[in-house]
Amino acid sequence: MSAQPSKTLAESAAEFGLNPEEYAVILKRLNREPNMVELGVFSVMWSEHCSYKSSKKHLSKFPTKGPRVICGPGENAGVVDIGDGQACIFKMESHNHPSYIEPYQGAATGVGGIMRDVFTMGARPIALLNALRFGDPSHPKTRRLVAGVVSGIGGYGNCVGVPTVAGETNFHSGYDGNILVNAMCVGLADADKIFYSAAPSAGLPVVYFGSKTGRDGIHGATMASQEFDDASDEKRPTVQVGDPFAEKLLIEATLELMASGAVAAIQDMGAAGLTSSSVEMAGKGEVGIELDLYAVPQREDGMSAYEMMLSESQERMLAILKPGREADGQRIFQKWGLDAATIGFTTDTGRLVLKHKGQTVCDVPLAPLFDDAPLYDRPWTVTPARPALEAIPDPADWRGAVLKLVACPDLASKRWLWEQYDRHVMADTLADSATAADAGIVRVHGTKKALAVTSDCTPRYVQADPYEGGKQAVAEAWRNLTAVGADPIAITDNLNFGNPERPEIMGQIVRAIDGMAEACRALDFPVVSGNVSLYNETNGAAIPPTPTVGAVGLLPDSTKRAGYGKLLAGDVVILVGETRGHLGQSLYLREILGREDGPPPPVDLTAERRNGDLVRGLIQDGIVTTVHDLSDGGLLVAAVEMALASKVGIALSGQHADLAMLLGEDQGRYLIALPAHQADEVYDRAEKAGVAAEPIGTAGGCEIAVADAKGTLLFAIDLDDLRAANEGWMPAFMGV
Amino acid sequence: MKAAVIVFPGSNCDRDCKVAIERSTGASVDMVWHGDTALPAGVDLIVLPGGFSYGDYLRCGAMAALSPIMAEVKAAAERGVATVGICNGFQVLCEAGMLPGALLRNERLKYVCKPVELEVTNAQTRFTAGDKGRREVAMTVGNGEGNFFADEATLDRLEGEGQVVFRYLENPNGSARAIAGIVNGAGNVLGLMPHPDRAFEAELGSADGADLFRSALASA
Repeated sequence: MSAQPSKTLAESAAEFGLNPEEYAVILKRLNREPNMVELGVFSVMWSEHCSYKSSKKHLSKFPTKGPRVICGPGENAGVVDIGDGQACIFKMESHNHPSYIEPYQGAATGVGGIMRDVFTMGARPIALLNALRFGDPSHPKTRRLVAGVVSGIGGYGNCVGVPTVAGETNFHSGYDGNILVNAMCVGLADADKIFYSAAPSAGLPVVYFGSKTGRDGIHGATMASQEFDDASDEKRPTVQVGDPFAEKLLIEATLELMASGAVAAIQDMGAAGLTSSSVEMAGKGEVGIELDLYAVPQREDGMSAYEMMLSESQERMLAILKPGREADGQRIFQKWGLDAATIGFTTDTGRLVLKHKGQTVCDVPLAPLFDDAPLYDRPWTVTPARPALEAIPDPADWRGAVLKLVACPDLASKRWLWEQYDRHVMADTLADSATAADAGIVRVHGTKKALAVTSDCTPRYVQADPYEGGKQAVAEAWRNLTAVGADPIAITDNLNFGNPERPEIMGQIVRAIDGMAEACRALDFPVVSGNVSLYNETNGAAIPPTPTVGAVGLLPDSTKRAGYGKLLAGDVVILVGETRGHLGQSLYLREILGREDGPPPPVDLTAERRNGDLVRGLIQDGIVTTVHDLSDGGLLVAAVEMALASKVGIALSGQHADLAMLLGEDQGRYLIALPAHQADEVYDRAEKAGVAAEPIGTAGGCEIAVADAKGTLLFAIDLDDLRAANEGWMPAFMGV
Repeated sequence: MKAAVIVFPGSNCDRDCKVAIERSTGASVDMVWHGDTALPAGVDLIVLPGGFSYGDYLRCGAMAALSPIMAEVKAAAERGVATVGICNGFQVLCEAGMLPGALLRNERLKYVCKPVELEVTNAQTRFTAGDKGRREVAMTVGNGEGNFFADEATLDRLEGEGQVVFRYLENPNGSARAIAGIVNGAGNVLGLMPHPDRAFEAELGSADGADLFRSALASA
């Protein structure tokens, strides 16, 4: 072996995030020292972001197959069959680091990137979701970050014209130095017209189209694989700048190019830009690729090969066309006013060859870049179990406690932010953030079917017990789809964690994945796509573990769906599922008592499935249309939300009149309501299914009233007061 | 009956308009590219859809107003063809000088997407006559620059001549005199910020937008 690495290159390797062992592998594979371009190519392909080197071993535990799965993880997005020759294509991806550094552009380009992953496979994007985690509201940066992220998401999605229909927003001091912005896109395609990235053969033209390449975002993938410190603001130049107008043109041009029959393989330029797209297309196709970088449309003068290969300029695509079809491409690109150029061709060499101004600037075998990326089985430790809670007394001031709870940042209405998102464009939205429903619902255009979409994770549960918390994230997504009447199909996961080189963090990753995989198996809810975001730390403090689950379900008949905004006076309110009064890690404990203690509620997956199947059957058979799942804040909060949305009060009575029963967060539960004279059908079906279902209240009046079994009133709060508390927090916080 | 929807680069409600017109009226709808220089023969209704034409990177609608097809749209409107600009389409009509006034940034400087109740201020126009004398309709808005502005004299004239067609019951964006939609003096060119193309069947929350398309074509 030619041995000692020269000092500068080894130092550059370290700067690019490659450790000495990884650098030694490169030397061995090349049998020489890499030049700077080659080193850059290796470093981004082997970054955590592109290679999944710390998580791959554990990701393999996820079930990824099922009767509806057309394409699981490994492509740009997951593809599932929704019947009638149609497919749904979806994925969720993080843009955490860029959004913290530059919130508007970070969030905007996160939305743009995830849309490209979906239309690259042949789907028209039809719905967007986002899962946001910000720091404590009192942290000096939080308000600016919320404002920037929200306007970035809206600014991009609204312009492109895809409705943003659902999402979740939480606040916790654990995200003070590292917010999370997870964006999900759902698209619709014909099942026999899915496009993949593998180059089919040698000798085909490689066509670049979309925006020009500039110097923005160089080494973004590497940044996304490093921790932050106080100097992180200096990384602002690595954040890309988005152009949603270009994205809109790119969508139309790409779909038109696909429809013309000219496309052999296609890949968007996302993280690691031209490097990752060319390497993946050639590598997956087991061919080679040769590019002339001089032909790349460039935004700035004098860009080097290195800069072009590592740029993360947005709104760019790479396509391999069928022989003789370049004229089709030119016609379409010209119509849409996009830059385009044939920049190379596929070869049979198995090598990535880059030329620039007549010089060969990179000539490396593809296999090591693509296949031989390092894989780590990192050491991990089990998160210590949290001791059980002692008995918690009922609040002395029920009214004050409930009003405070419904106004806490996690439960307060997020109207301030979702009113900035276009939720109605495409004219197929049946339920969005403004709708009292547990999932967003969009019609499958021109059919009676609809897709239900949701995003879920309860980080405080995962923090306390990664395994149960992982299960819960999947179960809650399944429950939310069920609560609107959808058949849950599959999930995309967005695993946000701290530094995996620390065994306690790796322990969170491993056990959360174990729990998620267990729930996916039990609920026949396979993982079809995902993204891993590690190193979410600032100055050594990791974020709460946040494995966000994005999920899609199918409503076979969109007229058979449920929400919780149409409760009518006189309806009987029925609690489905068993209540034990689990207060550990409850929102009440955190918000009212200031304690994040105890184990999270356990998830009984058998009961989860049994209860959910009952509820979904009731909806699909047209028996109930008022359903709300129980989650943060348990029974009482679900009842408050149902009453506020329906503008009618609920009187709860009976054995549920104590703290644990009202605000415990036991899993697998739903509130349903229907006219009292139709309730027998519900009880009969529940009994046959072995599911607990008991009447716990009646709709009527204009307050939430709770009485004990003897009829003694515990408290009653006017809906107007609850509404003022629930709606008031966010506008007051944002100062508008 | 025949309608045409103009497609600018960045239009994103073009399909919505086509579907809304087809389902509300049964008319056939042609999509017309901004670079074209002719409208389909015998067109009875022209719609300029919502979206972000040219990214709204100059002033909203300013670039689209200069598209080749706009000369034909103007000529057709002068012949009396019913012409509707929705949201970005309203902005284009103002920029093209086909309607008075301008649409400014929203009062609170934010994009606003919400349901709105509208007073039908003039139920005698060719776009509202089919409302069977209804005084209120429901639609949704979705815009960042929907804040209608004109000088006081123009506003007085619009009101005096019955050119204010829709008014917000609760003003979502600071529009002058809560104006949501206006017609030109001849009464055949309508611009409005709310979206009838997102309110053409009850399942979408309101079917009131269907009446607008039906009226427009019935009067042709």
